[in-house]
Amino acid sequence: MWSWLLTTDHKRIALLYLISITFFFFIGGFFALLIRLELLTPAGDLVQADTYNKIFTMHGMVMIFFFLIPSIPAVLGNFLVPMMIGAKDLAFPRINLLSWYIYVIGGVIMLHCMITGGVDTGWTFYAPFSTSFTNTKIVEAGIAIFIAGFSSILTGLNFVVTIHRMRAPGMTWSRLPLFIWAHYATSIIQLLGTPVVAVTIVLVAAERALHLGIFDPKLGGDPVLFQHLFWFYSHPAVYIMILPSMGVVTEIIACFSRKRIFGYHFVAFSSIAIAVFGFLVWAHHMFVAGISVYSALVFSFLSYAVALPSAIKVFNWTATLYKGSIRYDAPMLYAFGFLGLFTIGGLTGLFLSALGINVHVTDTYFVVAHFHYIMVGGAVMGYLGGMHFWWPKISGRLYPEGWARLAALIVFIGFNLTFFPQFILGYMGMPRRYYDYSHMPEFQVLNVLSTAGATILGVGYLLPMVYFLWSMRYGKPASDNPWNAAGLEWKTASPPPTFNFDEEPVVTWEAYNYEELDAPHKEEVPVAG
Amino acid sequence: MPDNANASSLTAVHDHHGEAHAAHNPALLHHFVEEQQQRDAASLGMWVFLGTEVMFFGGLFCAYLVYRRWYFGDFAAASKTINMSLGATNTAVLICSSLTVVLAVWAAQTARKALLVSMLILTMVFGLAFLGIKGIEYKDKFEEHHVPGASFSFENVPIPGHPGQFANPRHAQMFFSLYFVMTGLHALHMIIGLGIFAWLLVMAWKGRFTPEWHTPVEIGGLYWHFVDIVWIYLFPLLYLIDRHP
Amino acid sequence: MAPHVDALYIFLLIVTGMMALLVFVLLIFFAARYRQRPDVRAEQIEGSTALEITWSTIPFVIFMVIFAWGAVVYFKERTPPADATEVYVVAKQWMWKVEHAEGQREINELHVPVGRDVKLIMTSQDVIHSFYIPAFRIKQDVLPGRYTVEWFRATKPGVYHLFCAEYCGTQHSGMVGSIVVQEPAQYEAWMKGASTGPLSASGEKIFAELGCATCHRSDTQGRGPNLQGVFGQPVQLEDGRTVTADENYLRECILDPGSKRVKGFQPIMPTFQGLVSEEQVNALVAYIKSISAAKPAGGAKTNAHLVSPRDPMSEQAQAQPNAQPDRSQVQ
Repeated sequence: MWSWLLTTDHKRIALLYLISITFFFFIGGFFALLIRLELLTPAGDLVQADTYNKIFTMHGMVMIFFFLIPSIPAVLGNFLVPMMIGAKDLAFPRINLLSWYIYVIGGVIMLHCMITGGVDTGWTFYAPFSTSFTNTKIVEAGIAIFIAGFSSILTGLNFVVTIHRMRAPGMTWSRLPLFIWAHYATSIIQLLGTPVVAVTIVLVAAERALHLGIFDPKLGGDPVLFQHLFWFYSHPAVYIMILPSMGVVTEIIACFSRKRIFGYHFVAFSSIAIAVFGFLVWAHHMFVAGISVYSALVFSFLSYAVALPSAIKVFNWTATLYKGSIRYDAPMLYAFGFLGLFTIGGLTGLFLSALGINVHVTDTYFVVAHFHYIMVGGAVMGYLGGMHFWWPKISGRLYPEGWARLAALIVFIGFNLTFFPQFILGYMGMPRRYYDYSHMPEFQVLNVLSTAGATILGVGYLLPMVYFLWSMRYGKPASDNPWNAAGLEWKTASPPPTFNFDEEPVVTWEAYNYEELDAPHKEEVPVAG
Repeated sequence: MPDNANASSLTAVHDHHGEAHAAHNPALLHHFVEEQQQRDAASLGMWVFLGTEVMFFGGLFCAYLVYRRWYFGDFAAASKTINMSLGATNTAVLICSSLTVVLAVWAAQTARKALLVSMLILTMVFGLAFLGIKGIEYKDKFEEHHVPGASFSFENVPIPGHPGQFANPRHAQMFFSLYFVMTGLHALHMIIGLGIFAWLLVMAWKGRFTPEWHTPVEIGGLYWHFVDIVWIYLFPLLYLIDRHP
Repeated sequence: MAPHVDALYIFLLIVTGMMALLVFVLLIFFAARYRQRPDVRAEQIEGSTALEITWSTIPFVIFMVIFAWGAVVYFKERTPPADATEVYVVAKQWMWKVEHAEGQREINELHVPVGRDVKLIMTSQDVIHSFYIPAFRIKQDVLPGRYTVEWFRATKPGVYHLFCAEYCGTQHSGMVGSIVVQEPAQYEAWMKGASTGPLSASGEKIFAELGCATCHRSDTQGRGPNLQGVFGQPVQLEDGRTVTADENYLRECILDPGSKRVKGFQPIMPTFQGLVSEEQVNALVAYIKSISAAKPAGGAKTNAHLVSPRDPMSEQAQAQPNAQPDRSQVQ
């Protein structure tokens, strides 16, 4: 037990993270269930208004700060980054462990905050409501998020230094798996963005606890300044959530098409471009907040600029399938799901970036649908796909393939049923964060559809929990490389030994060398389950 | 960035990050291939961390600059009431402390243990002096009722250069709110820096640093220089608004 | 406005639908066509710069078209016509208080005649709210401490939803209301029934009650500037800047008099922060507007002067060529 709690092995730390973020995923999911149950009927009859307001706030805060932001980097990134570049561990293993403990401390404080009353400001905790008008536990939640933010910063720091300094001989930047490029870009954002939300939280806490009027209009403060500071991090944050997922999907598509990714350099630089441009678009959350027309024009334009690298990636992924040799194992099903849902989510981003449309649909369910398509349809699908893809490596067991494909299908169907109606609800005018829509009973049908979908989606998420756990005991043992995949991580045992490689690899081949891997014999890849 | 050289003998080295407080003996560090890699990693790590600190203070500076632009006169009036001499003294103190830090690193590089220890002590003395002077300033502000909150008062304070016009107390309070948050966070970083240097001192006293390995001194020194630089920005921004000889 | 927004929306639906269809068709086709087959190997393709450029340029052009169209619609949305009827809105947790210039007051309802341009001048008493009329496809956040503006022209009689669209606390879901669009005749009838006298008349009363007239006389003897005709005109400030006397400026003068003192006057005006409600401020502003010329100088600047005075764009747009915003130059 102690060997786990005091480990500095990046693989064990990844598993510690896996347990904690799964825990928070189900807490956030529980809140989501309550939201959807309340919205089955127009009247606010399940919970009281204040309770509902706390529920959607906690759903957002938990899901974003304690699940999505860490998820892929802290679990898959921690596990795989050193191996993929041929290193024995990350640059700072003790800081890696520290980052987990910091995350746990932040999580415990958040749990305490929720249990003792929670917060009702929305995860965006806008001033002056959060600073002067609510009596809920803002400072405590702020502390929890501040601390969790440190975990994110340390993870990013570790990855950047590791990728720069610890690549094996021959592992040039152009030979890196695109998973690494994606995590590098993500880490840049984590490092540069998180401190700004940290200082924003400090200011809000100072205003509440010490009565300093930084955002208080009565003292000459500007609530819109809060929004600028908040979104300066929170927009890049969404790229923290999606870039790693894109990295996962890239690896999966290459493996299950048995080909090098089409346009490697374009995909690599698109990741960096997303990270850079992502810092320039924050005020597209504020088009109706009272910013000037001219600012709005600039941010709208830049928002289209940031859409472009994502589009380029989608085209490159699609082109990779061309003349591939495609298998439909569960990871690939999740990758296909990602491609479909991320495309829809990204395209609806084009709607939101259009100023004229944004005025109508901002703060409505259209936005809710848009970001869930990206974060759940995109990031979570990628996360699940990655978990399936690397599960044999992580656990040494094969998961049951039949159940996994079924789960992927259920998730896809459930997801679309949950969130597609919300686009329509949004355009019809249903605002966000409403627990009672009894003045607009015409919204009920779509809400019922959405809740039905959510139930299905929930089942789809529970299934992997069950069969992954099952496989740890009863799954077939996995070989080193059950998928015959490219990448240094597949050259180790499943699960890998403590220091990954017996001797330091020397890389003389390009990434995604599927031609070589498939050349010697055309044996069937062993099917899981 | 050169790609890593071919693997050479694994030497007994260890890395340190400015934030971690655990004490370590130089020991075989399994995951690095060679000392140079470990040193480079530690150095890059600290620079990256300082980048995050720049963003942290940067956000705060942005908020300050926005309000300063809007309420320039009121901020000028408020700035006049904070003690520029004490602030300037503190600036000199920190610059001297950076000098002692540089000397400490040089001492470590050239195996001058006595000098290393004395420079580390001197740096801490300067740091404590800085905090002491800050304490005096805070006390002054408290006595003058310039601390934001219920007892804040800023009536009839003229705006520099505009006879007959008085500063708006609410905007002046904004200045002081930002003043306390900015200098307070800076002081907090200074205290953390003192903690780091105390630890470095203990290590140096025990003779742990050699010319071959003194990474914690270098990295601690980087951190200290950063805290110094933040003050170099804070001082003119806060103390020198619209001052004339 | 709504048809313009919907037109863009439909265009977007078509364009994004086609893009999605293209990607989905390709995905499905490739997935099927290039399924793993026993004797077929994948073909390693490095990439194609030509293709990359193509599928970067074409989407970019499409994006720019969408951007431009969206910008045009937005610009119209944020530029109220110069002669629009003005209605004051004060938002508070959790209700909308509406006050017509002619004095009618409404709670959670807004009566307007069909076909008339209506401009809402809005502020909040507490937190940020948002005035959202889905049927008109318009929305604008309502902020404490300043005015924001929204405008529309209703084209069909009927009753339309009004929602608060910025989360504002416990009864955010309850902060709903109706926009009642009536035929002109009906509207006139309603106006007479609801009238308590024009807003500017209440403003005049408040002006007298609070003693404003003591200093703000209508001659040059007053200790404060003469307010006749001041609305919409450029005002030279003590610190050298020139600003336009718009609603936000007047509001600031009442609540925070020192910040933008007029040149040539002593800083003796007391603040009325806490002594007047938002509605009273609105009434005073309406009164001061009523004793000004009918139109502000330069109809084209209508939208700009209602931006917050702290907005650098508005001041630069209005500033005289030789005005110096930099105070350090004044000595």
